[in-house]
Amino acid sequence: MSGDALIDVRDVAKTFRARSGEDVEALAPVALAVASGELVTIVGPSGCGKSTLLRIVAGLVPPTAGRVRIDGRPVDGPRRDIGMCFQDAVLLPWRTVSKNVLVPAEVIGGDATRAARRAGDLLDLVGLRGFGDKYPMELSGGMRQRVAIARALMHDPAILLMDEPFGALDAMTRESMNLELLRIWQAQRKTVVLVTHSIDEAVFLADRVVVMSARPGAIREILDVKVARPRTGGTRFDPEFLAVVAVVRAHFDALRPAENPV
Amino acid sequence: MSARGPARVSRRPGAVGAGRRWGPPLAAGALLLAAWEFLPPLLGVSDLLLPPASAVAVALVEQMARGLILDNLLVTLWEALAGFGLGSTAGIVCAAVITRSALLERALLPYLVALQALPKVALAPLLVVWLGFGIASKISIATIIAFFPVLINAMIGFTTVEAEKIELMRSLVASEWQIFRIVRFPNALPFIFAGLNVAIVLSITGALVGEFVGAKKGLGMLLLQFNFNMDIAGMFAVLIVLALMGVVLHGAVRVLHRRLIFWAEPDDLERRTP
Repeated sequence: MSGDALIDVRDVAKTFRARSGEDVEALAPVALAVASGELVTIVGPSGCGKSTLLRIVAGLVPPTAGRVRIDGRPVDGPRRDIGMCFQDAVLLPWRTVSKNVLVPAEVIGGDATRAARRAGDLLDLVGLRGFGDKYPMELSGGMRQRVAIARALMHDPAILLMDEPFGALDAMTRESMNLELLRIWQAQRKTVVLVTHSIDEAVFLADRVVVMSARPGAIREILDVKVARPRTGGTRFDPEFLAVVAVVRAHFDALRPAENPV
Repeated sequence: MSARGPARVSRRPGAVGAGRRWGPPLAAGALLLAAWEFLPPLLGVSDLLLPPASAVAVALVEQMARGLILDNLLVTLWEALAGFGLGSTAGIVCAAVITRSALLERALLPYLVALQALPKVALAPLLVVWLGFGIASKISIATIIAFFPVLINAMIGFTTVEAEKIELMRSLVASEWQIFRIVRFPNALPFIFAGLNVAIVLSITGALVGEFVGAKKGLGMLLLQFNFNMDIAGMFAVLIVLALMGVVLHGAVRVLHRRLIFWAEPDDLERRTP
């Protein structure tokens, strides 16, 4: 598996120095291999280091130990074959929707006309045709997150790293955005690693679910999700889907008394 | 037309709002003017010390006819605007440079805070000695006084950036300059404008104080001249012109503020505008 993996995380650990001067182990050594075109979700309680792991893969945070390889080359900093999405859409409120989608093109450079055409195509893809001249404040939360996805795809990266991208949305918008993401993923054939604290979302989206535990963050189990694609709203009643959800939930039910005394 | 006019107006909330908006202040203004005109004589205040509104109006028209007002107004206006432009530009540039380096920021911050606390007009006598009675000394004072509020606000603006916005830029391997141009600078604009709102009024103060210390021209000089001649109505005329100048300049900055920072939350805009 790890031989032909696009993303190869090997024995990656992260220790932060806390304000008190103590070292806090955020991430115990973890290993994970993601194949090209795969959709992997990472689910775990808050403080399990799942966002840290994502940032290490993105090259935004250096690991304390271990290393990440993407496409065989070690990651030693941010790289342009990755698109990022965050919990908040992180749009620039002074820019129109189109200009927000164009930020990666502006940073990387290249033909402006082609970039503008691609931005238009991507807005079509995420279902925002005709919204290019709006400002972020004129959009709903779900629409803003669609803009963020279009922006992450702008420079046509092979990998999409998403840090709780739908965490700030209400439940109904969130479910429709899950379907949207699957549609976009199927259309674009990207490799996606998505961090979430929703078990349901993690299983619904994934080819494989990575279950993490907290203090220190460690991988408990990696589960294959063999639920048929394309998945629809009805998938959430699929016995196979429910079975995987139950397995993931069992991890956290077992953890909760020890991890979260409250 | 007259029959249709009011009906059409009442359907436009903006037009009704305008009447409601301007009505009360205009009425209050008229009342205050009437009080100024008629109350002092009734209370036994000498019209030498507090001339009635009508006498001030006459003085204002007289001074304008003699060309005194416009000549000196243009000098003070130029001093204030030049100082505002130089001071705020320098404030923005210095803030950008200082906030680029954590070391520089830590090294300079205590002195900037100390200088911020110093009443800058106290430098006026020194600057007049150094630069003379011409406009250079006035522009310098206005520059220094406009510099600090813009500097401090811009520094806050350049550093108060959502961490994820910077992370997004870093994930694209953006250069520091690209991060500044695409994120930091526009992000700082609401803060910078809060500084500019203060700076525009302060730069008028700076120019005026400079003229008090020693000048050949300007509204401050004119004010002192009327003062020496005990021409109180003349002094009031100059004060009115100064007030108008302040209102117009501050209003211009506010209009620019609203045009450029339309994207910030409206209540944010209000809170940041002193």
